[in-house]
Amino acid sequence: MAVPWYWSALLAFVVVNFLLISASVLVYAERKISAAMQNRPGPNRVGPVGFLQPFADVAKLLLKENIVPYLANPFVHSLAPFLMVVIAMTTGALIPFAKGVVVADLGVGVLVLLALTSISVYGITLAGWSSNSKFSLLGGLRSAAQMISYELSMGLAVVSVILIAGTLNLTEIVESQAGGMSLLGWNLFRNPIGATIFIVTAFAETNRTPFDLPEAEQELVGGYHTEYSGMKFGMFFLAEYVNFFVASFFIVTLFFGGYLIPFQSALVSAVPALDGSIWLSLLQVMTLILKAGFFAYLFIWVRWTLPRFKYNQLMTLGWKYLLPIALVNVLVIALIISLFRTF
Amino acid sequence: MAAQILFFLLATVAIAAGLGMLLSRNPVGSALWLVLNLFCIAGLYLTLNAEFIAVVQILVYAGAIMVLFLFVIMLLNLDVLPEIKDIEWKKVFGFTLGMGVLGLLSFVVASSLDILPNEISARRAAEVGSATSLGEVLFTQYALPLEVIGILLLAATIGAVMLAKRKPV
Amino acid sequence: MLAEYGPFFIQLGLAIVLAFAFLKGAALLGPSRPNRIKQMPYESGMDPIGTARTRYSVKFYLVAMIFIVFDVEVVFLYPWAASFERFLDAGVGLEVLGVVTIFVIILAVGLVYDIKKGGLEFD
Repeated sequence: MAVPWYWSALLAFVVVNFLLISASVLVYAERKISAAMQNRPGPNRVGPVGFLQPFADVAKLLLKENIVPYLANPFVHSLAPFLMVVIAMTTGALIPFAKGVVVADLGVGVLVLLALTSISVYGITLAGWSSNSKFSLLGGLRSAAQMISYELSMGLAVVSVILIAGTLNLTEIVESQAGGMSLLGWNLFRNPIGATIFIVTAFAETNRTPFDLPEAEQELVGGYHTEYSGMKFGMFFLAEYVNFFVASFFIVTLFFGGYLIPFQSALVSAVPALDGSIWLSLLQVMTLILKAGFFAYLFIWVRWTLPRFKYNQLMTLGWKYLLPIALVNVLVIALIISLFRTF
Repeated sequence: MAAQILFFLLATVAIAAGLGMLLSRNPVGSALWLVLNLFCIAGLYLTLNAEFIAVVQILVYAGAIMVLFLFVIMLLNLDVLPEIKDIEWKKVFGFTLGMGVLGLLSFVVASSLDILPNEISARRAAEVGSATSLGEVLFTQYALPLEVIGILLLAATIGAVMLAKRKPV
Repeated sequence: MLAEYGPFFIQLGLAIVLAFAFLKGAALLGPSRPNRIKQMPYESGMDPIGTARTRYSVKFYLVAMIFIVFDVEVVFLYPWAASFERFLDAGVGLEVLGVVTIFVIILAVGLVYDIKKGGLEFD
């Protein structure tokens, strides 16, 4: 894998910009979709059909005053949104966009993903602590407890994928789903319980409805970002959208065949010139973005459809249902694999 | 060679972060310095080609144990400690000198024992330090110690519940 | 092996530059006219009562403790899952699965105990 460093750097630059732009597109999409669901027009003033609204929002946020509450810790108050953005953007480095098109093709890629997820607890916890506000602290504590509770089930869902794929490398995990015309070989069909658990925990880890208790507008005002204004609030906002878009990419990568085009082998044998060409890579990138776009839509759809959990329901779901089910799922999949191999 | 330069760079930052943890007057500040220290140690594992251990270091220590530390700091509402006032420079000087000599001696001993990372040890570490080779010995040769670890973790769980729920509900 | 991580750190560096640019850009472009009323922590329009840094329920602490235990368990499962294929090739797949099952059951006892004791009730 002798990729020259400037090629990786260029790719990393493209990925960061792609995530930035897709975040603003998603903000617009969320506002338009929620408007359609609630039978109102949504943003329609800035630019054609309001498309430039997110950019106007960013300009506004940049020009706003940064208010730090008294007795707050100014350094940690800035560090929290900083961490959120850095972690959200860095996770993008692990996404395999097409065969060989990945910023960092790490041997233990899945684990690096989980490690980054586990660190993102800091951003919210520190934001809650540093603000010197009761709402913030409660939101931060709740969120930390929620994220660590669901991280376990997420880890176990990933273990079940590793068992099937036999590797920790994300590209190889995608390639292991190439059987069954790159459609029936998806881990969704081989490991449906794991897929369900991963999707649920992905919602919880990104703090999206129905797991958005850390911000819970009606009871905690804004939760951990109550005391944030201007661009620092914008950074939390950006991180949330990048996070759930990246989460969609990983749902697709682990369970929905990643960048594999359905019927890819048939396509390549029909058009042999495509094999190994840049056009195939482009098609794969398009496939991946389409699949991830579907899950991004799911994130938005769920947010405007389902009500929020109560806190005790959230903890019950995480510890009494998801964790035992995920544990049993791992053991059952291992048993099935070994029985298939022995007999 | 680059790995060795990185090793010393990371080791220096790790020591600095450790000092920062000890000298910081704010409990959360101390915790953040400790997190930096843990990241440097993960980096050290990476220079030694043990990528699995490096990631686990972040996953367990930075992602789980430090979160518990932060919880404790936030729950107990620890106050900011008073500033250190009179620094006795003579003692600081003596301490630095003493530690310097100790460091020098350890360096000499370490290099004579051939435990500094080099090409051969790095290659060897890449062979045995991967998740697969670790798993291969862990679940066959060391199966019994693994179960004992399981019992140790069970004891920790029960202890935590006992401490937090002393009265019957 | 270290070279594989180069691109990862390039992306990390880019992310840090971006986040730093946001913070600095907002500080340069935005006004800064702090006053005491503006800097008051939000408490539904009232003056804040007491300090925000009060004590909170010990249950959060308990959740974090149990989380560490299970996180360590899951960390042990990663190398097992990654080398499971090799165990099967060596013909010891079921034996190793037995070892892991016992390990999981030992820890599941702790989870059941915690649930029975009501350590995870948040009512």
